[in-house]
Amino acid sequence: MSSFGEHVKRFSSRSVSMLKHYQAKVPNGIWQECPHCHASFYFKRAGQYRVCPECGYGFRVTARRRLKMLTKNFEEWDTDLETKDPTEFPDYEHKIKKAQTVTHLKDGVLTGKALIDEYPVALGIMDPLFIMGSLGTANGERIARMFEKATEQRLPVVLLTASGGARMQEGIYSLMQMAKISQAVNDHSAAGLAYISVIMDPTTGGVTASFASQADITLAEPKALFGFTGKRVIEQTINKQLPDDFQSVENSYKRGFIDEIVSREQLPNRLSQLLGILEAKEWGDTK
Amino acid sequence: MTDTQSIIAGARSDRKANVYEMIDQLFTDFFEMHGDQVSGDDSAIVAGLAKLSGHPVALVATQKGNNLEDRMATHFGSPEPAGYRKSLRVMKLAEKLNFPIITLINTPGAYPGADAEASGQGQMIAKNISEMLKIKVPILTLITGEAGSGGALALACSDQIWMFENSMYSVLSPEGFASIMWKDAHLADKAAELMRLTPDWLLKQHAIHRVIPENMLSDGSLKTEMTGVIRDLSHQNVADRLKKRAAFFRRF
Repeated sequence: MSSFGEHVKRFSSRSVSMLKHYQAKVPNGIWQECPHCHASFYFKRAGQYRVCPECGYGFRVTARRRLKMLTKNFEEWDTDLETKDPTEFPDYEHKIKKAQTVTHLKDGVLTGKALIDEYPVALGIMDPLFIMGSLGTANGERIARMFEKATEQRLPVVLLTASGGARMQEGIYSLMQMAKISQAVNDHSAAGLAYISVIMDPTTGGVTASFASQADITLAEPKALFGFTGKRVIEQTINKQLPDDFQSVENSYKRGFIDEIVSREQLPNRLSQLLGILEAKEWGDTK
Repeated sequence: MTDTQSIIAGARSDRKANVYEMIDQLFTDFFEMHGDQVSGDDSAIVAGLAKLSGHPVALVATQKGNNLEDRMATHFGSPEPAGYRKSLRVMKLAEKLNFPIITLINTPGAYPGADAEASGQGQMIAKNISEMLKIKVPILTLITGEAGSGGALALACSDQIWMFENSMYSVLSPEGFASIMWKDAHLADKAAELMRLTPDWLLKQHAIHRVIPENMLSDGSLKTEMTGVIRDLSHQNVADRLKKRAAFFRRF
């Protein structure tokens, strides 16, 4: 039986390749690396909110899991919308099936009526794990209907965005979602109702260039990536390396595009305060 | 010290620099909004949503800051174009949500910087004035300290304009006035006497609606007064209210 000291001595004398051999035996997911600050940590330290203990970055989680961090009171809308394959894209169906298994969603967004504290809202949460939250016809339709229902029922909208942008597999049908949803946002706004968006990691492309940037109040999760054109595309176009934090929400905040950066843990409280003002008794009601 | 000098000293008092304290005394649940959605976030303007006596309002205030660092950042309470864009953004949201607007002003004027100039300081003030005159919800302005030039008027095209006893409102700062009239900013004291910037005189000219003793802030009666006036304004017909707002400025 070897003592711990002997074990360490033996271990430290091993070659790098042996070290890698041992590392490979650690089960996947026990150690996690933060994609933002690259700190490594035991996965449980990310806690129930799945946040990097070093820098506060919020890991990408499914929409259903993100919902649990926000409210227990939720009634799901439009669960039956099926993804179409308008361009007959090779292998698209298979890709959709795989994403459905991971996310327990028909397509990349969860919508419904929720209570945040005592306040009823129309709530949408995009799923970054469903083909990178890309915007297609099915999730686009679901988001548009959420705004339309919110307008009919006179509810404010809270929408948590995460998206790689347009869904390439759906071509022009994907692009048209941007205009379709923007119209629904306009109608909701014209009815005097409030829209709060929460930028999650990553929010990019056509989603940034439409409804994610059309809210009355824009909140964001710490360290989330928020931009339009992908960093690699810009770098290859202008032939220049860009800094790591180039498209961080922290930068967007400084540039005037974000109202407040809010941690996952604090989000229910901040939303509740805001909704409390929005739902306060109007001046006209008092005589 | 002459009366005017003591009013100016009172208007510029450090006690008034921290607008967050004043917001806490008048409102609850203040949710601050940031950014102009164009170029940045100007800390010289503090704006957002809050409750006044339990009812929703939108707030736009200037702030000078508590310490030197803050005061450098706000240019001693002098907004830049980004600040005026932020304030208009919050006012437009208030109009959409049907929330009355309250502005709290303590600024020597818009920031006279080269960047501010290049990014449209004059144009943004022009736009704010024009938009404020059209905004359908009630607007009440309280001048708490200094209110100089177009930089102050850009937040004061309101239904009701009130001034604290120790506050000033003028075409520009006494320093600016002296510099234009006599090419010497050091003659500010002499300028101030000529400028007629005190609340009593302005009230007689009907350039403002009310002079507010400052103890009304601490004893809570200002909050009660504001609530009552906002309620009355809210019950007026929108067209009538806008007509009165326009007529107030038409007389000059």
